[in-house]
Amino acid sequence: MTTAAASRSLSSTVVSARARRGWGDRLFRGLARGAALSLILLVTAMIIGMAGAAMPSFRAFGWRFLYTSTWDPVAETFGALPFVYGTLVSSLLALVIAVPLGLGAAIFLAELAPVWIRPPITFLVELVAAVPSVVFGLWGIFVLAPWLRNWVQPALGASLGFLPLFQGPPYGVGMLAAGIILAIMIVPFITAVSREVLLAVPNTQREAALGLGATRWETTRIAVLRYGKSGLIGAVLLGLGRALGETMAVTMVIGNRPEVAISLFAPGYTMASVIANEFTEATSDLYLGALIEIGLLLFAVTVIVNALARLLVWSVGGAVKQVRE
Amino acid sequence: MADGILVKDLNAWFGTLHVLRDIGLAIAPKAVTAIIGPSGCGKSTFIRCLNRMHEVVPSARVSGTVLVEGANLYAPGVDPVEVRRKIGMVFQRANPFPTMSAFDNVAAGLRLAGMRNRAVLNDAVERALTHAALWDEVKDRLDKPGSSLSGGQQQRLCIARALAVEPEVMLMDEPCSALDPIATAKIEELILELRKDLTIVIVTHNMQQAARVSEATGFFLLGELVEFGVTRELFTNPRDKRTEDYITGRFG
Amino acid sequence: MSALTAGSALAVVLPLILLFGFLLHQGASAVNVDFFTRLPKPVGEAGGGMANAIVGSLILIALAGALGLPLGILGGVYLTESRDRRLPWLIRFVADVLNGVPSIVIGIFAYTVVVLPMRRFSALAGGVALAVIMLPIVLRTTEEMMRLVPASLREAALALGLPEWKVILRVVLPTARAGIITGVMVAIARVAGETAPLLFTAFGNRFWHQRLDQPIAALPLQIFAYAIAPFDDWHRQAWAGALVLIALVFLVSLAARIATRGRYSAVR
Repeated sequence: MTTAAASRSLSSTVVSARARRGWGDRLFRGLARGAALSLILLVTAMIIGMAGAAMPSFRAFGWRFLYTSTWDPVAETFGALPFVYGTLVSSLLALVIAVPLGLGAAIFLAELAPVWIRPPITFLVELVAAVPSVVFGLWGIFVLAPWLRNWVQPALGASLGFLPLFQGPPYGVGMLAAGIILAIMIVPFITAVSREVLLAVPNTQREAALGLGATRWETTRIAVLRYGKSGLIGAVLLGLGRALGETMAVTMVIGNRPEVAISLFAPGYTMASVIANEFTEATSDLYLGALIEIGLLLFAVTVIVNALARLLVWSVGGAVKQVRE
Repeated sequence: MADGILVKDLNAWFGTLHVLRDIGLAIAPKAVTAIIGPSGCGKSTFIRCLNRMHEVVPSARVSGTVLVEGANLYAPGVDPVEVRRKIGMVFQRANPFPTMSAFDNVAAGLRLAGMRNRAVLNDAVERALTHAALWDEVKDRLDKPGSSLSGGQQQRLCIARALAVEPEVMLMDEPCSALDPIATAKIEELILELRKDLTIVIVTHNMQQAARVSEATGFFLLGELVEFGVTRELFTNPRDKRTEDYITGRFG
Repeated sequence: MSALTAGSALAVVLPLILLFGFLLHQGASAVNVDFFTRLPKPVGEAGGGMANAIVGSLILIALAGALGLPLGILGGVYLTESRDRRLPWLIRFVADVLNGVPSIVIGIFAYTVVVLPMRRFSALAGGVALAVIMLPIVLRTTEEMMRLVPASLREAALALGLPEWKVILRVVLPTARAGIITGVMVAIARVAGETAPLLFTAFGNRFWHQRLDQPIAALPLQIFAYAIAPFDDWHRQAWAGALVLIALVFLVSLAARIATRGRYSAVR
């Protein structure tokens, strides 16, 4: 090749290598982008599909749906209040139990426990998180509910019965059982995420406290917990998000009565449970629409809680970006 | 504190890695002692043995004697937490607690010791900040977070935090390595002031800094104390060839 | 303080031990060959097994994988390799949102998209529901594992003259393969135990499945149906089913854990 020709072909190679991407590349990139876009398409289809099916209910009841408590399939009158109430109360009860336990366990695993004990216990916590909901529900029906009915509820009723929270006949199944089983199910998530938040706190913070002469617990308190506070709140919110959407175990122990009752002993109903129980029996478009509208409500609430939770968890160090569930 | 710090037969390990070998030296009270040496020579480990921070790392071990005021820090039954309350430490990167205000940072050590009285705390914080040559710069921003200050100011804040509990000994692990020359100069000035009241041990990789601030210097190499003596003599007339090689820049 | 937190850790782990003990005690006796090979007996008759439910679950998982894995892995590739500016952020956000949606709502979605048009419950609908649950997990894990592949490897391949898509297909993905498989296993373990989305998609079946556009049995569904029924024999089988299910889920989770521990210990 002559010098001129050589330099021409060289420069043409240099220029076009950037500009020209082979069809292989373009096809591949197109496929990948297509897959990613299909995800967005999916979620949009979800929302539109559900909203469409819930239309009959929107039109019939409007906003009243959210605050009326009549749930009468025969008369075709539907109000979602008992389910919203049941979901909120059971989830709140679960948080009250699970947050102190979960945070305590996370602090133990991240800061205070002897090093050799950390991996096995962490592993066991992850196993609890992997247990299917229906299995917990099974245990709930045959172990938890009888235990509550025969021991705990009578005892609570005798000692704290003056509080409206603990009045009424001891069925075993009911809000208390639902709250406890939810707590058992969300506590491993709270523990796992909190532990990662705590581990993401830079070691230099701990050293500063230790250098001042703090004990291990004091170091945890002033250097680690304060630093990770927003992440820990995020972990709690994640637990809440889980509790709100939990279906099977709750359905099996909550008693399935669509009423608003103050007592924790009373049977209740949650948004997820009513959908699980009555979906296949919904005979009319209105009935189905009402159930799907409840589903939409559940969707909206969990999306908001989870989005908030992730923002908070991400704010504590990039190391905790990926929330493992 | 007439006795300073006496170190005898100090050995330290990370697991099976023997990082300090039979260190013995005497640190003079109310003076600045510098520890120099190339990376990995064990100088940070040494200084952390002086306030029992080394053993915080899992698999770390220490043996030997460190006498402060005649009492062995490593005697059986001695609480390391207590030791750290009496000996102050400043780290390589300033590490103020970001969620606490400047005031709370400086008061942290006192609060840990149980002090609650607001008036006493105010006094102590002002004294510590003045001692650390930071009072004028932060007195109007005491309630702002500790992390809102510049790098050099943050380090002086950490010094104030360590000073607040009125230790007799101050350990400094390369306190200026993350700072610009002006901030460094301010801290060196501070060290010269502080030595009137405190025994200071400073680890530094900057030989000129050691020459500027210290009365005595120890040269560490590969976990051993090669030479220890009056700073001026060590730098102008080193006894050991390895010291001379390091100082003249043949390695390290 | 340490004692309090240690007690909390114990309280978190205790239900697992209680649960497992209960299942072993009640269900071990009912786990026999019959359980794995027989169909459910008619209502009221004792005996029978959950063979169709086990097979049904496997079929549903396979369907879900076939639908969800390609999308998830390709999506993960997109997130790692793309140079677009805003779309990746949106995808990640949507994936995270999807991850937090209750599985029963995903079941409703599959109902509106598959069951309604087909006018019947089907294995396909169940597979779609489970695929949607798997999707975000596989997506995020693939992205994470691909990011762990060192840039120097990519550069070496490019320097050899490979086009970008080959670099991804032949170098990056194979290197990340173990981690991606682990992510898939985690997704499978999650999906194997799901009951709620199947309630009105796959619906359940007391017999062997015939075709994919018919209702199909699934282990968790069967457990649920037996648990709330009034027959003691069914309860025993429910416990046996739960034991088998939990053993399966644990084994897969354990395998996934062991696989990650060796290689990617930096990522916890």
